[in-house]
Amino acid sequence: MAGKRVGKSTVAFARPPVVVAAGSVVGPMEGKGPLGSEFDVVKSDNVLGEGSFEKAEASLLREACEIAAYKAQVPMSRVDFLLAGDLLNQLISANFVARDLGVPFFGLFGACSTLVEALILGAMAIDGGFASRVLAACSSHHEAAERQYRFPVEFATQRPPTAQWTVTGAGAALLAESGQGPVITHATVGSVVDMGLKSPNDMGSAMAPAAAETIWRHLQDLGREPRYYDLIATGDLASLGKEVAEDLLRRVGVDVSGVYDDCGRMIYSPGQDAHAGGSGGGCQAAVFCGPLVKRLKAGELRRVLLVGTGALFSPTSCQQGQTIPAVAHAVALEGPGRGGEG
Amino acid sequence: MKATPGQARRYQELVSAKTPRKPVARNAALAFLVGGAICALGQVAFNLFVSRGLDPVQAAAPTAGVVVLLGALLTGIGIYDELGRFGGMGAALPISGFANSIVSPAMEFKREGLVLGVGAKMFTVAGPVIVYGLVTAYAVAVARWLLLGG
Amino acid sequence: MLWPWKGRGGEGKARVDYVWAFVVGGGLCVVAQLLLDLTPDALTPAHVMVIFVSLGALLSGLGLYQPLVDLAHAGATVPLPGFGHALVQGILKEAGREGWLGLVTGGLKATALGLTAAILVGYVVALLFNPRG
Repeated sequence: MAGKRVGKSTVAFARPPVVVAAGSVVGPMEGKGPLGSEFDVVKSDNVLGEGSFEKAEASLLREACEIAAYKAQVPMSRVDFLLAGDLLNQLISANFVARDLGVPFFGLFGACSTLVEALILGAMAIDGGFASRVLAACSSHHEAAERQYRFPVEFATQRPPTAQWTVTGAGAALLAESGQGPVITHATVGSVVDMGLKSPNDMGSAMAPAAAETIWRHLQDLGREPRYYDLIATGDLASLGKEVAEDLLRRVGVDVSGVYDDCGRMIYSPGQDAHAGGSGGGCQAAVFCGPLVKRLKAGELRRVLLVGTGALFSPTSCQQGQTIPAVAHAVALEGPGRGGEG
Repeated sequence: MKATPGQARRYQELVSAKTPRKPVARNAALAFLVGGAICALGQVAFNLFVSRGLDPVQAAAPTAGVVVLLGALLTGIGIYDELGRFGGMGAALPISGFANSIVSPAMEFKREGLVLGVGAKMFTVAGPVIVYGLVTAYAVAVARWLLLGG
Repeated sequence: MLWPWKGRGGEGKARVDYVWAFVVGGGLCVVAQLLLDLTPDALTPAHVMVIFVSLGALLSGLGLYQPLVDLAHAGATVPLPGFGHALVQGILKEAGREGWLGLVTGGLKATALGLTAAILVGYVVALLFNPRG
């Protein structure tokens, strides 16, 4: 059994599932960032006339799912599973979207690694023959997350330079057995790593060891060099976490310079007062389902390793003095590539 | 996998070496300017009350009231959090920051209802301030009263 | 004598008042900022606020805060240590006047105006406005 396993923690898909379409929706601040023009929808405010930040987050997630399905011309009734999650307690955004869409649903929590977790499980379901079409989706909302994890937004506080800015945004990717688009060839499932950091104001450093371990493990399992990929994109390590992850990888002889970037760093420009960079499940979800899928489809990127990173803490665990465990999962994607290349 | 204490310490050192320093001097200067300005504004109210015949001890309470009012209103129109991001503790430490700590959660939790939302969350930060203020004040005052008789 | 800058011993005196209020009030905020910036992240602004209220009460009990109030007025009473100071002085004053019963009622009596204003105004403002982010 387990003929599809490679190495210690990687799976290889026998019939690689295809990302046939993806939808991305972001808030106004993300729209003003360097990737602003590559998202499907940029909202003009953060409440969206929904009456609460939580309802607004659910509507972002729903819209991302609908855009993905619409682009692929697949009615919701023909989607076999919705795999989705978010950062709010009891996954209320994903649960409420699942209620509205009526698609058989698994709610996932991997903090900011949720999108990659959903992509992996969705790809497994399709390759295993349990589904033909799966929607993988994730969202986050700045104000909704702030008041759950920290202080109300109008509370007059300063953030340290290592703090990250929770992205208001959502992304959904529609996976299918066949079709046009980048394929998911491999997935590496990470285990939970806890290096003993405690500060919720520096999640990037708490997650960096998990990211480095998963990247290293993935390359080991497949016997690949970092340069095999055009882009290795972690979720939301932000400036400091990215630097730490690069350092950790260098120590085990892996040089990712030139091919490595982080979605949390890509989404905002330095002038946007987002401190170390973006975070939240919506960060990687929107960046992948918007710009990255577009570039994969256009052939600007051919091979991408998408690494989801999640800080698995809650305000309660933090207040009780617990350290911050983290997890990272990776999926390897291959696009059709440019016509004449090779 | 959970790091051993030794691994955790080494990792903490690695991270600390790369962590950008907080702009301590700049933060302190801005805290001085914002906090000083709020107190000078309070002094305007204080002088007004004194000129209206209150003695300096009596004038302190209505002065605090005026600063509270200002803090609450500026929070309502969304300016006080900007002042806080700029001035740090310069905005938080004056009693207007105490008002901000009451208004900001109260506004935000309105959608959770008037009782368990506004009513309860108003005191997320203000509650501890009142509790520890009162407890310390009683410990200090009772000790002084017993030792020195007032 | 409607105008505050013409109160209390003429213009020159009032101007000095503002300088002291600014310097002492700003100075207290600098100490709080340094406490926040130079300690681990576990210490949030809320913790610093609590520490400073308690510190004000402590200094007041030791007789060290009143000189600051005499010097800087609003500069010492507007920051949160002033709240701790008001509590302690209120307790001691009432206790001196009414004995042990005053000991119990004095603290909140002295700070009633500020607390009532904060709660009432806070409530009304919260009903009228929404967070903007």
